[in-house]
Amino acid sequence: MKFIENVKPDVTTDIVYMMCPMHLLKLQEQIKELEQGQILEIMTDYDGALEDIPAWCEKTGNEFLGMEESENFYKFYIKKLTR
Amino acid sequence: MRKCYFDHVATNPLHPDVLEAMMPYFKEEFGNPLSDLYEYGRTAKIAIEGAREKVAGLVNAKPAEIIFTASGAEANNFALRGIALAKQNEGKHIIVSRMEHHSILNSARFLEKSGFVVTYLAVDNKGFVDPDAVRKAITKETILISVTHASSEVGTIEPIKEIVKVAKEHNVIVHTDAVATTGNIPVDVKDLGVDLLSMAAHQFYGPKGAGALFIKQGLRIVPLIYGGIQETGRRAGTENVPAIVGMGKAAELAQKELKSRMEYLRPLRDRIIDSMSAVKNVFLTGDREKRLPGHVSFCVEFIEGEAMLLLLAAKGIFSASGSACSSKALKASPVLLSMGVPAGLAQGSIVFSLGMGNTSEDIEYLLQEFPAVINRLREISPFAEGWGEREGGGECTVTK
Repeated sequence: MKFIENVKPDVTTDIVYMMCPMHLLKLQEQIKELEQGQILEIMTDYDGALEDIPAWCEKTGNEFLGMEESENFYKFYIKKLTR
Repeated sequence: MRKCYFDHVATNPLHPDVLEAMMPYFKEEFGNPLSDLYEYGRTAKIAIEGAREKVAGLVNAKPAEIIFTASGAEANNFALRGIALAKQNEGKHIIVSRMEHHSILNSARFLEKSGFVVTYLAVDNKGFVDPDAVRKAITKETILISVTHASSEVGTIEPIKEIVKVAKEHNVIVHTDAVATTGNIPVDVKDLGVDLLSMAAHQFYGPKGAGALFIKQGLRIVPLIYGGIQETGRRAGTENVPAIVGMGKAAELAQKELKSRMEYLRPLRDRIIDSMSAVKNVFLTGDREKRLPGHVSFCVEFIEGEAMLLLLAAKGIFSASGSACSSKALKASPVLLSMGVPAGLAQGSIVFSLGMGNTSEDIEYLLQEFPAVINRLREISPFAEGWGEREGGGECTVTK
């Protein structure tokens, strides 16, 4: 896993307490709204996201910048590369 | 025989326009809103999203802040348990009033058993929760305050705005159970300042089986029901599409007709209060002014509420005793007891809740039959000897 700190996201999506597959649905939905090069932050407590989000990025050609762990949840950072 | 339905706090009849709006979703439009890649599902999806906009409009929220549930009770459970679990790392103290519906009180008791600490706030003799008492009850551990917008049992409208003000000084989340008020008096989540608000469609001429919880944008809540991604993953289970559509239509009508409904009901309510308050040993419970427009509640001394219900029902007058759903619990209403009404007097509680189907002729019929019922029961009451002027003059409730 790639860890990263002090990222300034352009958009933040809070899906803490929401279960699978909300992490992938929200990710897809939010990425569509972003401009190329912008950074999305997803906050979730769903452990499955640890595997799913990097895999989704690879599959869709977006860049997984890394994650930050806070007390109660994870923060994932994704840079939009696709148009 | 004339039939007068005076139990609108139990439930309302369905508005004909609401039924009409629902019908297609029982029949040809049977699709699952999640299956929105084809026509049936898409129609259902559009229908529930339309309903969400209308319900949001009724309480001045954003559509995304409305989560549909199956009832007001579910919305209350969801709010209390969902916030408690989401915030438990910040504190484990919750404040509720003693006036709350069972769906709040029993959720609070469940949370107590799970390690939370709950303060049950007393109310004054008119049924008001004192914002200062809220202030005193708040600790560093407090995460949530839940106070009803109005009790269906005594009709008193609570000072939610003032309670919110106190709560926000301490950064505490506020929920209000607005099941009795939504669609009956103006309910504006921004004006009230609450973070969560529960409502139920059948309290404003919508169908049973549809409720909603307003959750302020950005607020985290643990779901009550896990499963699919319905309601953005916050409330799983295939939506009750006809009921939700009905709730939307009922919300639209309520928003449009709110003022005229209130203006219609108030004089009917006041006519009963004015007339019955002149009867000896009959006490109004709750506040005279700050009460639901169609709500009248009394305690009749030396008589049991249930007995009044039966005799009135025999005359075609349908009303309630105690909390709309606790009359079978065979005990004095905890709400009335918490207001300081003596247990003996609380036994004789009766609630008439009016609706748009009631006419002034219905009211006159009630005013003719009700005193007769009281007199008849008084004659057979084992306490008849003690019948007379109330000593000390009814300080417990509002007197004539």
